[in-house]
Amino acid sequence: MKIAKLFAVGFFLAVLAPAQAVPLRWAAQNDILTFDPHSQNHATTNTMVMHVYEGLTRYDRDYKVEPSLATGWKEISPTQWRFTLRQGVKFHDGSPFSADDVLFSFGRIQQPQGTLQVYVSGVKEIRKIDEHTVDFILAGPNPLLLRNIIDFRIMSKAWSEKNRSQNIQDYKAREESFASRNANGTGPYILKGWEPDQRIVFAVNPLWWGKRDGNVTDVVYTPIKSDATRVSALLSGELDMVTDLPTQDVERLRKNDKLKVVDGHEVRTIFIGMDQHNDELQYSSVKGKNPFKDVRVRRALNMAVDREAIRRVTMRGLSIPAGLMVAPGVHGHDKALDKPYPYDANAAKKLLAEAGYPSGFEFTLDCPNNRYVNDEEICQALVGMWARAGLKVRLNAMPFATFIPKILKHDTSAYMLGWGVTTFDALYTLQSLVRTKTAGADGSFNLGRISDTKLDATIDSIKIATDPKARDAMLRQGLVTVQEQAYYVPLHHQLRPWAMKKNVSTVHRADDRPEARFTRVD
Amino acid sequence: MILRWLWDHDLAWSFRRSPVTVVAALVAFACVGAALLSPWISPQDPFDAAALNLNDAFKPPAWLSGGAGGFPLGSDDQGRDVLSTIMHGARISLGVGIASVLLALLLGVSLGLIAGYRGGALDAVIMRIADVQLSFPAILIALLIDGVARVALPSESHDRIAIPVLILAIGFAGWVQYARTVRGSTMVEKGKEYVQAARVIGRRPLAIMLAHVLPNVMGPVLVIATIHIATAIVTEATLSFLGVGVPATQPSLGTLIRVGNDFLFSGEWWITVFPGLALVTLVLSVNLLGDWLRDALNPKLR
Repeated sequence: MKIAKLFAVGFFLAVLAPAQAVPLRWAAQNDILTFDPHSQNHATTNTMVMHVYEGLTRYDRDYKVEPSLATGWKEISPTQWRFTLRQGVKFHDGSPFSADDVLFSFGRIQQPQGTLQVYVSGVKEIRKIDEHTVDFILAGPNPLLLRNIIDFRIMSKAWSEKNRSQNIQDYKAREESFASRNANGTGPYILKGWEPDQRIVFAVNPLWWGKRDGNVTDVVYTPIKSDATRVSALLSGELDMVTDLPTQDVERLRKNDKLKVVDGHEVRTIFIGMDQHNDELQYSSVKGKNPFKDVRVRRALNMAVDREAIRRVTMRGLSIPAGLMVAPGVHGHDKALDKPYPYDANAAKKLLAEAGYPSGFEFTLDCPNNRYVNDEEICQALVGMWARAGLKVRLNAMPFATFIPKILKHDTSAYMLGWGVTTFDALYTLQSLVRTKTAGADGSFNLGRISDTKLDATIDSIKIATDPKARDAMLRQGLVTVQEQAYYVPLHHQLRPWAMKKNVSTVHRADDRPEARFTRVD
Repeated sequence: MILRWLWDHDLAWSFRRSPVTVVAALVAFACVGAALLSPWISPQDPFDAAALNLNDAFKPPAWLSGGAGGFPLGSDDQGRDVLSTIMHGARISLGVGIASVLLALLLGVSLGLIAGYRGGALDAVIMRIADVQLSFPAILIALLIDGVARVALPSESHDRIAIPVLILAIGFAGWVQYARTVRGSTMVEKGKEYVQAARVIGRRPLAIMLAHVLPNVMGPVLVIATIHIATAIVTEATLSFLGVGVPATQPSLGTLIRVGNDFLFSGEWWITVFPGLALVTLVLSVNLLGDWLRDALNPKLR
């Protein structure tokens, strides 16, 4: 009798179940660093976080800003913006969303141990007008405000306090908190579990205020570091989508009639940074001085890199050799300026001799081995290229999760990093990578601690410039200065094809953030 | 005289009678020779970054179209000559294999001698530890030791200490077989008259163990050791293939196979197939030699 009842209930549940589950099994090479939305400004982490947490604004399919947790906004004065918050929105734990959560999140994202202050830079204060209205008070006019705050993600004040997660975890000290392993946002998907290096599981949020373009209800993201394993899993049908293809396998995947390859560029520039702060270079044979403080040495490093060979051999054509620190598609990029230093190992050698290093010197290159396309292979190639200019480079390749805390502590003489521009504006790059480091957003990833007062002044005026023409001129000036002073060694801009089964369709994202809400599995 | 004696020795006779063993010995000798002399005879120094040229990358073996004479077995993704990397890789594989066998031998033989000679509680403790360890696969123990070392030591020194850690891991994983064999033989020998005689004239236990018992229990141990070299090389290759062994900057055969594996789908099969073949050849020849040695030294099979 009891069993019959159970069967009956089960039958009804099965019949009444609203729609069939549509799973999306997705893989890329690296795992996220944390689920704390204010801790680490890292594209993969941001991608996962944005499935759960939302900001006041968001991008639509074409990177136009559209309302998200705010339904509208009004410029009361150039330094005061009024946002109307969406009513009736609930966090995943059921608590309602209100102005207090915005104020709380604003205080939280600015804590110094986080790295996402850049998304609220220029916002002096947020004032609560009523439960569903807030005013942003700006330090100066900010034409990019709506784009910037997309990644200012709103956490629940009540939930954070209940779980003692009011503070951002101290990632550099490898601290964990409740919010670094659990998530409670307002977004389209609910975090069901994260097993580091194993999988991240999301289920659709049935109470979400918005409408999904896709039909995916369950997402399983699996980080698979090994190129061969990742591709095998896609070929064998264990995966629906892979968003970072090993360059050597792209041609083969294109020919496979069960799969499709979606081409697209990425607004990400891969580059080498150098310590330009310490008076004595660490991990080097040079004692008592820092060769990277000399512009001739930095230029020599640039000239000794054969970017064309890297593009042809290591990247198999899937990169654009870079001269500028921003990629095509980013406002401020200019094709005419994006010309790398011409490859000339002998000239590099001569420059090094002029700078006082006729027989070169030694240094260590820190390099991630599971973050960017062919990162370790590129670093190995660089070691060879620099060796021909007389530089003896020791390669220190490691997983990104080990690499990031190390270089954030400036414990490096040179490092490889990639910078994706989520705001699609070059200010983001200049401010984060070149502006002298302060406690806030300025220089948050200026890990070689470049400090150029003239350039700082330019960057600070770009932040508040309202005249588009003058602003563009300053952006150009900033980018050219970085190039002339060789503050970095830009390598290339990544091209990023994605592969998926024929029945999967999604929107290719130049900001390297695949979104399940845009994805259909038919 | 000595040559004559060597030629007439039982072992030499059985060696000559077995063509498989002769071939295996020649192959093993060639492998070891090529590995040991690799710094001098390999066509290219794969560790000299300045000698590598990215434009030479992904060249197929010389006999295929597109191949170049300078790269008889092709080149890898960085323009390294595959033949040279195999020679250098075999050197590291052999080095790790032999060093870890020596470590296992040292540990196993001394513990086995002590256990067998002293007996009692000490024997029980040592042999129960051995039994427990024997219930785990060797590779698991090696992984465990490697994992603990990685967590305990700072990440900057990982690459530098990778090889010693690997030797320790494989050595510790392999001592049990030696201890068991030596303990058994020691218990047999300890009852014999020459040992009793040595004890009567007042030699200390340590001297008896080393000078009298040890030479008489070493025969079977050497056979195990020969076969164990092959196993140790495979264990090292497995660990390196899993990515916890030798770093890519100093590749062993296992590392080469792992790195080359990424290019299997894209058609550059030679980067992984040739190191794989080299590993098979090396391990097979050492194994055949070990088998022959076991048969030749086994009085029951004579």
